[in-house]
Amino acid sequence: MKEFDPKIVAFCCNWCSYAGADLAGVSRMQYPPNVRIIKVMCSGRIDPLFVLMSFLEGADAVLVTGCHIGDCHYIDANHKTKNRFEFLKEMIAELGIGEERLRLEWISATEGEKFADMVKETVEKIKKMGPSPLSPKVMQ
Amino acid sequence: MSLENIVNETKAYYCLECGKCTGSCPISRVNKGYSPRLTVEKALLGFDKELLADGGIWSCMTCNLCKDRCPSNVDYTKFIRYARAEALKTGYTGNCTHGGVLSSLMRIMGNPNLKQDRLGWVSDNLKISEKGDILYFTGCLPYFETLFKDIGVNSLDIARSTVKILNRIGIKPVVMPDERCCGHDLFWTGDLENFEKIAKLNVGLIRGTGAKKVIFSCPECYRTFKQDYSEYVDMDFELVHISEFLAEKIDEGKIDFGSLEEDVTYQDPCRLGRHLGVYDPPRKVISSIQGIGLIEMEHSRERSICCGTSTWTNCDRFSEQIQKERLKEAKAAADTLITACPKCQIHLSCAMKSKTPIDEVKIKDFSVLVASAMGLGDDP
Repeated sequence: MKEFDPKIVAFCCNWCSYAGADLAGVSRMQYPPNVRIIKVMCSGRIDPLFVLMSFLEGADAVLVTGCHIGDCHYIDANHKTKNRFEFLKEMIAELGIGEERLRLEWISATEGEKFADMVKETVEKIKKMGPSPLSPKVMQ
Repeated sequence: MSLENIVNETKAYYCLECGKCTGSCPISRVNKGYSPRLTVEKALLGFDKELLADGGIWSCMTCNLCKDRCPSNVDYTKFIRYARAEALKTGYTGNCTHGGVLSSLMRIMGNPNLKQDRLGWVSDNLKISEKGDILYFTGCLPYFETLFKDIGVNSLDIARSTVKILNRIGIKPVVMPDERCCGHDLFWTGDLENFEKIAKLNVGLIRGTGAKKVIFSCPECYRTFKQDYSEYVDMDFELVHISEFLAEKIDEGKIDFGSLEEDVTYQDPCRLGRHLGVYDPPRKVISSIQGIGLIEMEHSRERSICCGTSTWTNCDRFSEQIQKERLKEAKAAADTLITACPKCQIHLSCAMKSKTPIDEVKIKDFSVLVASAMGLGDDP
């Protein structure tokens, strides 16, 4: 049987974490190709709906990333991300999707290594956990 | 279903253009741009595209006030429901409040592989069982608690109180760890495919517990099971709302109330009142509590006004205006408003937190009031 290949959606903000991911790329740091990056202008733009829809469409994990608290390009929008993340995490746990499948990380534009490490860790963890209950792989 | 079929199905061709619907509609009163009569007229005159593209069909609260008053018996509520299903197929949707989170939750729950972890609220003093005759269907309460605790609404208190009341009368209800949302909002926003999945899952799960009677604390779940599930699945159990169940137990003399010195007024949820005709049981239970004065609002029973928005769609300034007028009416009657629907509680509490403040009205759920009258309120 083919090894389970998780699909991971990562939301990155234009000013910090996307630049961080870019740095990981141009510095040729190796990380698994399971992550699909979606660029948003700010982590405050990440509607809880985006996360739920990703799971509904079969993502095995969702990563929410943004600027460090205090560094937000839009002053305090990532505080909103944090609040939303807290209730989303609670909801994902209640739904039985597994709260480990949702992760919030603050990554600055200089932290390419942190981004690569985060992806590596998540892929390892999700491979151990197996596919999400909503994944089409489970449905078949 | 084409619009022509919708007109035939709901007997909209009987419309006399008398305008009673628009005159009664709580939304038309605050939003002059919305008119049930005009909506029906559009369908009758063949303006199909305009009707489906019109945001108005998503504003309707489906509260049944116009349907009750229509001299030609046009089922406007059903008309709206079919029109929404049709509009959804064409690609139109309403503006989903809360970013569509709640409707996505329901769609996620339609997946049969999901193993939920939703019994975190059942503390040690609550006695529940896995199999038995009587089942308590909690509905969306655990999710409401997570979403709405920031506006000070603790929806799970309703679930805890209901279980406590049932425990006191010697019942250990079955509470399912994996029940789905009833699908009410999907049904009313036209997503019938996911609704059917949920209906079949829920009925299968209930059958698995061997329950003969299912008790609801949410009127929406109650209505959906009672009137809408039968189109999709066969059910072989009895359905009852907690207020009806308690009214029966009072007749049998099985309930002892302590006294509670308080004046309250009661909000008829549209699903429980006009949709199902349950007006008296909750009033009977509330007035059997010693010391309580039940004062009716200006609009009550059949004339009751809805909580401003439904199915988490198109909540706007007009909804807020309806909610505030309702709260003013409640304040004129009593300081505490009792409602039997968790959504009324959420919507009205939200209106109280708005930027233009109004007089504080305490909003309590029916089960929570009954539990505190039975002396069960304080322990967590």
